[in-house]
Amino acid sequence: MPSKSAGAEYIKGLWEENPVFRQLLGMCPTLAVTNAVINGIAMGLATSFVLILSSVVVSSIKKLIPSQVRIASYIVIIATFVTIADRFMAAFFPPISKSLGPYIPLIVVNCIILGRQEAFSSKNSVGRSLVDALGMSTGFILALLVLSSIREILGMGTFLGHQVMGAWFKPWIIMILPAGAFITLGILLAVALVIESKTKKRKT
Amino acid sequence: MELITLFIAAILVNNFVLYYFLGICPFLGVSKKIDSAFSMGLAVTFVMTLTAVVSWMINHWILIPYNLDYLQIVSFILVIAALVQLVEMFIRKISPPLYQALGIYLPLITTNCAIMGLALLAALKDYGFAKTVVFGVGSGLGFTLAIVLMAGIREQLDLADVPEPLKGAGIALIVAGIMALAFTGFSGMIN
Repeated sequence: MPSKSAGAEYIKGLWEENPVFRQLLGMCPTLAVTNAVINGIAMGLATSFVLILSSVVVSSIKKLIPSQVRIASYIVIIATFVTIADRFMAAFFPPISKSLGPYIPLIVVNCIILGRQEAFSSKNSVGRSLVDALGMSTGFILALLVLSSIREILGMGTFLGHQVMGAWFKPWIIMILPAGAFITLGILLAVALVIESKTKKRKT
Repeated sequence: MELITLFIAAILVNNFVLYYFLGICPFLGVSKKIDSAFSMGLAVTFVMTLTAVVSWMINHWILIPYNLDYLQIVSFILVIAALVQLVEMFIRKISPPLYQALGIYLPLITTNCAIMGLALLAALKDYGFAKTVVFGVGSGLGFTLAIVLMAGIREQLDLADVPEPLKGAGIALIVAGIMALAFTGFSGMIN
């Protein structure tokens, strides 16, 4: 792993190891908040904030944490940043904070964040962890953006609140219901697999 | 009466998996066999009930009286982690057969967002003690119902001819979608 360049470390989060489409991590927020694009973006940014700062902190104090209590220590570090994000959103963006409800505090149990600490930051330098966290965050935001765009456009005919579909368009209510989230993500996963197998064939 | 309504609503209408999207990881990960799905469901119900009690006490006896509610996230997650650890040790000592059945699922529960979600939702909705406990039991049973149904469908799916790219998580999510659709049928039951 150390032979990878910083660029490759960043890029891998976008597709090869995309947290949502390839690793199936962080499914709960992915499904829950993507009924509108604005919620998806807010969730993505909040998660990125927590992921990036926790990665930096964990990788810089990794030598001080005894391995028996490492998970508990990571959780406390993550929970601290989640609290900061939660309070910040509640203070500056009350409507978004209200519509995301318990899902902002729930970032604390998002497996992407704990997974990156355990798999990457606890073994790598601060710089590499930062790049890795940036890559994973971008991949997560991209996934949320794709999913929430599909759901908002088909479910309400709008994008970020602006009407994009003509008057002929009848919104598919199912897309903003929980069922739409599951089905859209299922289809997207299949599409990701098809693309992956196509590119693999081309390489060989 | 209010408590019964809340109980049924937590199981069917506001199902944790299909309405709140909490606990998706075990829902997709441990739903390949009915037996293990059922054990997972029981373990979650058990821990959820305990969490509901303990988080209510922490919230109402410590955090709120001392104006510390900004510490909710940190304290809940620590309480849940400690609780799961204790439950694991306790079950191992008291009932080895039960430990055999639930053992491997217990550590997984710490990072199960359903448990944390329960503590946060109960605090957010400002439920009293009785309501919190009923909400905890109901949500746990709702989770068990969803995961066992899912496992039943997936056992049948093994025999079905699923398109290659959809195999695994893809088809599981689509099945979950159809289940969620069926469960929306219950939403008219309780207003």
